[in-house]
Amino acid sequence: MARALDLRGRGDGADRAFRGLAVGAATVVLVVLGLIAATMTRRALPVLEHMGPGFFTSTRWSPADEEFGALPFVWGTLYTAAIAIVIAVPVSLGVALFITQLAPQRLKRPLVYLVDLLAVVPSVVFGLWGILVLSPHLGRSFLTAGIILAIMIIPIITSLSREVIETTPQPEKEAAYGLGATRWEMILASVWPHSKGGLVGAVMLGLGRAMGETIAAALVIGSALGQITVDPLAPGNSMPAVIANEWGEADELHKSALIALAVLLFIITIIVNLVASSIVRRSMARTAGRRT
Amino acid sequence: MTQKMSVLLCLALAACGSKKDAAGTDPGSSATPATPGSATPRAGGGGGGNVDLDASGSTFQKTYQESAIEAFTKAHNGIKINYGGGGSGKGRQDLSDLVVDFAGTDSLFKDADLAKAKGGAVLYFPVLLGPITLAYNLDGVDKLQLSPATAAKIFDREIKRWNDPAIAADNPGAKLPDADIVVAHRADGSGTTDNFTKYLDKASGGAWKLKSGSTVEWPADTQAGQGNAGVAQIVKSTKGAIGYVDLSDAKASALHYANVKNQAGKFIEPTAASASAAGDGIDVKDDLTFSALDAKGDAAYPITYQSWVVVYAKTNKAEHAAALKQYLQYLLTDGQKMLPELDFAPLPKSLQDKAIAQLGKLAG
Repeated sequence: MARALDLRGRGDGADRAFRGLAVGAATVVLVVLGLIAATMTRRALPVLEHMGPGFFTSTRWSPADEEFGALPFVWGTLYTAAIAIVIAVPVSLGVALFITQLAPQRLKRPLVYLVDLLAVVPSVVFGLWGILVLSPHLGRSFLTAGIILAIMIIPIITSLSREVIETTPQPEKEAAYGLGATRWEMILASVWPHSKGGLVGAVMLGLGRAMGETIAAALVIGSALGQITVDPLAPGNSMPAVIANEWGEADELHKSALIALAVLLFIITIIVNLVASSIVRRSMARTAGRRT
Repeated sequence: MTQKMSVLLCLALAACGSKKDAAGTDPGSSATPATPGSATPRAGGGGGGNVDLDASGSTFQKTYQESAIEAFTKAHNGIKINYGGGGSGKGRQDLSDLVVDFAGTDSLFKDADLAKAKGGAVLYFPVLLGPITLAYNLDGVDKLQLSPATAAKIFDREIKRWNDPAIAADNPGAKLPDADIVVAHRADGSGTTDNFTKYLDKASGGAWKLKSGSTVEWPADTQAGQGNAGVAQIVKSTKGAIGYVDLSDAKASALHYANVKNQAGKFIEPTAASASAAGDGIDVKDDLTFSALDAKGDAAYPITYQSWVVVYAKTNKAEHAAALKQYLQYLLTDGQKMLPELDFAPLPKSLQDKAIAQLGKLAG
């Protein structure tokens, strides 16, 4: 290939420049990510030495007694994300199906636009809205945080689902209609089997976003330490919220504990995202295969 | 690369700080001028004599810094000062890392942290005192009185109803409603929490069970708000609530606040004057460190705390030394006059004299 370009004179220099730029950019991203991981892990070591495996299993977080157990915050992160998913998934799928299957043509564009607009509202605005509107009724609790997170992840789940659903081949839909299916039966028989994998991926990406959301959660989750309970109205805490709340006044070991929480969150979200992207990839490959 | 990294990290941290700020604690972040006043364009900005002083730290003294910076830089054209807030801990860390010229802090460096400070020995300059109020929302009770032991039992949830005999004993003749107490506290790590819990620990005679620190293991049936303003907002919007809030935020939200029993056995209202009175009865060490909590004196409000400006004795930027000294001088002298208006207490005369004398130890 390089020889073919050689024939075209200046192409060679441009090609090399482009190559350098692309490789450089890719390297910078990797190096930055690597450095972040390395620095964070190094600074997390003191608390891991201090607490041992207790950092992952202890349910007590007491800066005053220098006991740092991450479990309640892992629980809070997963629990609020789960609440968010339970609320957001039906809404998102409903909106996506409405836009792709039911909405009249002139409603489609504005609807897509409106849902995408939700995604650009700064999270602190959602958080303040939660404080002023939701928390007078629900307190500052897992549920309040879960609802706010749900609103924040609806756009991403909706727009990914919409794209996945739209890839359903027209012949498959028409085949279902041809067999006398109603619209609902068509969705079940053609759209659902076709887009299942992609939809799961969309939900997982929403989950990743919900777990990492910081400031909106910090404002409404209640900031209780050491809470592991399924009571949705109890105040709790999540990993990113604790970091945001306690960093400013933390001393050395406390800071190290917060950094260790960040590393743990990093690992958990990477796992969620890896699983999500592998599911999406597999389903893409399958739909691509079907189309041929 | 490492330099790039630290810039990135700084950006990330600054973003964290300003997000928190948006919750209502303090609108400025270290990247922006602290007040509109300090942003006024300066004549001849390109001249060689200009000095930019950077600072961060205690949000408790932030309103004082903002007002003082506005007045000071108006009179000193070549000097720009930026006080970024972010909390006492952040201020001490920034000073330690040579990121700022001075830091505001409500508590002292730990010895271990001081050993890591990159600029050598530090000097503490006390700049103000201020009361922490016990703000409450209770229909029909305009003036509440609390002893430290009762306050401790309320805040660690041993007392859960307003008509508890212990509260009644502090308030002879008052009509206390049969209502639940809702405790409001800080969600974020805070010097105010640190001082308030230190006070309860010290003065409640063992009634306080939750220890002291900037983050406390509050019982789960309490409510958390972001910053003084966040706690004030909970108290304001919740019947039966009580929380600890600095005086200016309590006043800004038009909250009622309790008179607290001091060492002399008197119930004292939190005001700039009663906080100053607390300053009269404290033991000050040679390095000007002290605690104004639970001070002696008939008129002293007992939950009074203090804030310092910390600098390196030998500043690492020689060209900043003169401006820094001038500004400290201003904070300790003329600036003190604006404190009562901001609901802070000026330093008592004896302490002020010692602080001014300490300026002589500053290089430059």
